[in-house]
Amino acid sequence: MAVKVFPRGLYVPENKEKTSKKATEVASVPEEVVIHLWQHTGAPCNPLVQVGERVLVGQKIGDTDAFCSAPVHSSVSGEVIAIEPRLHFTGNQVLSVIIKSDGKQEEVKHKPVEGELTPEKIRAAVREAGLVGLGGAAFPTHVKLSPPKEKTIDTIIINGSECEPFITCDERNMLERTEELVDGCKLIMQVIGVKKAYIGIEMNKLEAIEQVEKAVSDEKDIKVVRLDTKYPQGAEKHLIKTVLDKEVPSGGLPMDVGVIVQNVGTTIAISEAIRKGKPLYERCLTVSGSGVKNPKNLRVKIGTPIGHLIEECGGFQGEPAKIVMGGPMTGHAQFSLDVPVVKGTSGIIVFTKEEVKVSNPRPCFRCGQCIKACPIFLMPNFIGTYIEAELIDKVEALSVMDCIECGLCAYICPAERPLIQLIKYAKGKILNKKKQG
Amino acid sequence: MNSKKLIVSTSPHIKTSETIQKIVYWVIVALMPLTLMSIYLYGLSAAKVIVLSILSAVITEVLVQKIRRLPITIYDGTAILTGLLLALTLPPEIPWWLPVIGGFIAITLGKQLFGGFGYNVFNPALVARATLLLSWTAPMASAGWSSPLGKLDGVSGATPLALMKQAQAGNASFTPHLYIKPLFLANTGGCIGEVSALLILVGAGILFWRKIISWHIPFSYIGTVVLFSLIFKMDVTFNLLAGGLLLGAFFMATDYVTAPVIGKAKLIYGFGCGFMTILLRHYSGCPEGVTYSILFMNACTPLLDRYIQPRVYGKVK
Repeated sequence: MAVKVFPRGLYVPENKEKTSKKATEVASVPEEVVIHLWQHTGAPCNPLVQVGERVLVGQKIGDTDAFCSAPVHSSVSGEVIAIEPRLHFTGNQVLSVIIKSDGKQEEVKHKPVEGELTPEKIRAAVREAGLVGLGGAAFPTHVKLSPPKEKTIDTIIINGSECEPFITCDERNMLERTEELVDGCKLIMQVIGVKKAYIGIEMNKLEAIEQVEKAVSDEKDIKVVRLDTKYPQGAEKHLIKTVLDKEVPSGGLPMDVGVIVQNVGTTIAISEAIRKGKPLYERCLTVSGSGVKNPKNLRVKIGTPIGHLIEECGGFQGEPAKIVMGGPMTGHAQFSLDVPVVKGTSGIIVFTKEEVKVSNPRPCFRCGQCIKACPIFLMPNFIGTYIEAELIDKVEALSVMDCIECGLCAYICPAERPLIQLIKYAKGKILNKKKQG
Repeated sequence: MNSKKLIVSTSPHIKTSETIQKIVYWVIVALMPLTLMSIYLYGLSAAKVIVLSILSAVITEVLVQKIRRLPITIYDGTAILTGLLLALTLPPEIPWWLPVIGGFIAITLGKQLFGGFGYNVFNPALVARATLLLSWTAPMASAGWSSPLGKLDGVSGATPLALMKQAQAGNASFTPHLYIKPLFLANTGGCIGEVSALLILVGAGILFWRKIISWHIPFSYIGTVVLFSLIFKMDVTFNLLAGGLLLGAFFMATDYVTAPVIGKAKLIYGFGCGFMTILLRHYSGCPEGVTYSILFMNACTPLLDRYIQPRVYGKVK
């Protein structure tokens, strides 16, 4: 079967062998969970519980009336001991519900959605379950499933590319929960009312490809697409380019080309929310990197401090120098081991002292490697140099706002230039300028 | 654990091991076959020019960076490369102070005056060569254009290209194809780096293998020279092998800092270099056109960069 590929991008060392063959283990319940009331793109939730109150697993503890938001649920049974701002993986302080576990893990009785599954019912159940995109951006799923009427959606793409190095949780999801994946895919097709769906999987997950192909062999409307293992294949825009050879217009969304993309983990969570009524209070993630003794794929309670998960994997190996939440190309480096897992956390990668180089940036010498790598066809070299000179208007003209921050330019740069840092800075400046009118 | 010890920085958190030094040292390695052959053929006189030129470039870089209170960056090899490239464009038997002045000019006028590494508009080695050519025309043109150490057969005195010019003026007889074999296989007089086309191609092979240069500039540069040689009814093979064309096309015109970055712009840039080279060789008073043609196209690079840009994903042109 043909393997599809998108232009530019790079073959980045995959480093998945540490965990790709390891079945997902269930991580132990920590003594205390920190559940942020803002874990997603959109409005933060208001707490629905009070300090001292007893909560159960799956009990809704935060919600809001805002449309673009998603409620949060307790991942343990126990007592609410505080509601206060806590450190978020982005470095912000975010209002959080802190729950001391009683170790019993008593659950709220979940109820599957009853009766005929209308799109409205599915959307409502998905929202109530607090689903957000589990690939990393954490966009509320029910919003994605409610495209405006004027947009005609004709294709669903399930994203099983998992192009970030080290991360293998979606690979395990596809292998271990194939049926729920296919069921979730069908549910999405039903909500949107489309006939065609593709499941895109990178070729480094051949076992998963074969298993999912087998599972959809009877479904004439769902096709598995084999994708070249190239970074950033998992970026929405590139997945659409590869699978359909369509380009999402600059500044637009996948729905502008009639597509909705959902991550594998999210798709499985949709199936769980509808068939079992299970809210999103746990997720799979990968703990890996050479700084971890025994790398694993874990099913983790939302709100578990990352330090607890590193202990779960045998603790540190060597001297840890950098701990990244998410993948190494786009993830966030952490200040503290107390930062809790959020719904969008796909991995925790620990790098040792030997691996972390403090870079020594030099002027751009125009080798052009960033241009050859940039999957958006930008010119990061000029963008970086102009930003250093504070020529923000020039950078805007060079389409810096189209940058998806995949990280390849800084990854490849022989002059070790902090291009993503510069680009993030420029984007902030441009957004501020727009806000001020 | 004391979390104060954790390093926090923006993504990405992994990096290739590619560095400026690695690239620069590979270019120097690619020039080694040619350099060693020239020292073998010309002996001490070439070695002296090469060493003096490199030393002068490196010392000048240190001095300028000291004066500007900048970190000393000679470890990156760029000054060494500039010195070496300059030496390869000089005749072997010139007064010792010419490569010294050349190295100084390359680093000051060619590089540091523009802001140093990465900011120069013109190829530093060629800036120095052009300055020397214009300021010390006599020693640059006559002193050393003899065939090296009797190891070579046939030619002595004027370089093949100079002979061609004289022939055009009716002052000498000139049969270009007699020179092709010596030009290709290290057997002719000329600049240090023009000693063997074959070894320049070996070096170019190394640059391609390390993916340091792309095909665009050499292809369009050399292709244009071939095309216009045919149009002007000049001897094609001779035009390719004589003078600094190959060294220029593979090692000078491809200099990252002074050439465009986009493939399409590189093609135009290469075409411009080729066209200018032929024009200068055919119509100008000077025998060689490679130096000036590359410098001229260096000046066009910012324009090419500005007007030739890739189409951004999701944007309609």
